[in-house]
Amino acid sequence: MDLQTTIYIYVGLSFALYIGIAIWARAGSTSEFYAAGGSVHPVMNGMATAADWMSAASFISMAGLISNMGYGGGLFLMGWTGGYVLLAMLLAPYLRKFGKFTVPQFIGDRFYSKSASTVAVVCLLTASITYIIGQMTGVGVAFSRFLGVSSEVGIYVGMAIVFAYAVFGGMKGITYTQVAQYIVLILAYTIPAVFISLQLTGNPVPQLGLGSSLVGQDISLLAKLDQVVTDLGFGQYTTSLPGSTLNMFMYTLSLMIGTAGLPHVIMRFFTVPSVKDARSSAGWALVFIAILYTTAPAVAAMAKTNLIRTVTPGVVMQNTNVFDKDVAIKYDERPDWMKRWEKTGLLKFEDKNGDGRIQYYNDASKNADFQKRAADAGWKGNELSVNADIIVLANPEIALLPNWVIALVAAGGLAAALSTAAGLLMAISSAVSHDLVKGIFAPNISEKGELMAGKISMAVAIVISGWLGLNPPGFAAGTVALAFGIAASSLFPAIMMGIFSKKMNKEGAIAGMLSGLFVTLFYVFAHKGLFFVKGTEYLGLIGGPNSFFGITPEAFGAVGAMVNFAVAFLVDKVTKEPPEHIQAMVEAVRIPRGSRAVDGAH
Amino acid sequence: MKEDDNSHAYWKATIGLLTKILIVWFVVSFGAGILFADLLNNIKLGGYPLGFWFAHQGSIYIFIVLIFYYAKKMNDIDRQFDVHED
Repeated sequence: MDLQTTIYIYVGLSFALYIGIAIWARAGSTSEFYAAGGSVHPVMNGMATAADWMSAASFISMAGLISNMGYGGGLFLMGWTGGYVLLAMLLAPYLRKFGKFTVPQFIGDRFYSKSASTVAVVCLLTASITYIIGQMTGVGVAFSRFLGVSSEVGIYVGMAIVFAYAVFGGMKGITYTQVAQYIVLILAYTIPAVFISLQLTGNPVPQLGLGSSLVGQDISLLAKLDQVVTDLGFGQYTTSLPGSTLNMFMYTLSLMIGTAGLPHVIMRFFTVPSVKDARSSAGWALVFIAILYTTAPAVAAMAKTNLIRTVTPGVVMQNTNVFDKDVAIKYDERPDWMKRWEKTGLLKFEDKNGDGRIQYYNDASKNADFQKRAADAGWKGNELSVNADIIVLANPEIALLPNWVIALVAAGGLAAALSTAAGLLMAISSAVSHDLVKGIFAPNISEKGELMAGKISMAVAIVISGWLGLNPPGFAAGTVALAFGIAASSLFPAIMMGIFSKKMNKEGAIAGMLSGLFVTLFYVFAHKGLFFVKGTEYLGLIGGPNSFFGITPEAFGAVGAMVNFAVAFLVDKVTKEPPEHIQAMVEAVRIPRGSRAVDGAH
Repeated sequence: MKEDDNSHAYWKATIGLLTKILIVWFVVSFGAGILFADLLNNIKLGGYPLGFWFAHQGSIYIFIVLIFYYAKKMNDIDRQFDVHED
């Protein structure tokens, strides 16, 4: 059977599975349908949370970025897992005790102010829409390969399917569908990694393979990779930094506190049965997330190794010199997977020196010695550009694995992108319909009207994010990182102060959220354009790119969070303290006893 | 106000536990994985330079342990101060 047919079958089967489970679960009791997690074992709940959490950014994009960034890519790994420690300890149990459904609801009640909850809705929408732009980029990549079309067409198809998927609704609320999605996603990620690890190192466990020696050589895979990429003018794999140590520090911090401030993640902890479960379920979620996150660095390093092996055979396994004549493969003899990806426009070859061979190296290297040797060898610039977002999907093809593995990865990528996009759209629609329309503008709206408002807001969100996804502000994972920065600078400090400071008042919280959000957006938009519209960047105004101590816009959320905290404390000091009953409420939230099932459902 | 004393002591114990865990959280990720990574890279763990290992593997394993440790200790504290659920 040819590859394309196999892919259709796998993707088709996985979709049939999700829909089948949805119908089966629906046929059960209605209370089970709504009490997502209420009667579900914490381990199952952990899997569902993991599926919700791991998106196109984690599945499709992250390992590719790590592959390019090397050591510095660890900021994604630490950032997107370390946040769970903060979430489990600082927020989840207390929000569960508080017993409401949405983040704006908590902020509105704790800071006794509708304005506070409106500001929270604005922060939530900004973060979620940015997040979906990243998902759309990933969805576009997955569909372009899956259907063999350009990535633009891929995004249009993705938009339609995500919309149908989210509006079909229910699905999202069904924990078991997400459990199934988790299983598909994790098998799709780990199976190729096991094969590739075996091929390269003889060790079937990728986490150990990455620390092992190459087959038939007594040099470790990482040491060899360090050597080969340095030969090609790239930075050393195990030490290369994203800009500076400071930037890596801030970037990691930003992702961590952003994780704890993202509404669609926090929402999962509102519905666990007890405060006790809220604490441990974050742990279970992280266990299942870690299976992918500890495999990703192996996928990244091995994909880089295999890519170099493909383009310059012999360099990795037989110590061939990269500058030797005729080492690079001929374009006409390139493997099939390259031809397939060329169709998507995400992999490009340009024969700059006209020798018919593919020279793949870092032509921006600052090493004069390397540049001279490259020029002597007749290289006239890097000729192969590989979009980082295709690495994971192309990985099994690069390693020449069987068709069914490639098909499985396609199904996994789609599962990851769709489950998270749908989850985010749910968060957006509940924020607009419940917190904004019903909570503020039209308290008497009918249930039907509320539902309608929710669906309209979903459609608008998809169109906006799809349109911006056509000219994305970065790779999927980079765009998603911006969303985390926005959540980190606006929502996390407000929620945390709401729990850990009894005296924090509404003036402080509102001023904090607004200033954190504003500072972060100002810096991000300076680099990426106003509201991410290309051509409206204003870098001159802030004195050039990364002008704030070399911090990149993706890492700026941590600075925004600090501004948020500082402004909130200053304003709090000069305005009057919160009323007695609010302080008593904070006392009560801190103690587990007396927690009850969530009310105020919508 | 015995009730108040108890809840103050409970909150103090909670903050104490959080502080301990956050120190470990910081040391393994920002410390070993970033600030001291270069230094630790001189030590090898199998084929892994140690600093690189902390950034790409080790900190994640330790995060998991931290959450379960927190959940267990916190339940103990709940019982000790008699504020646990049901």
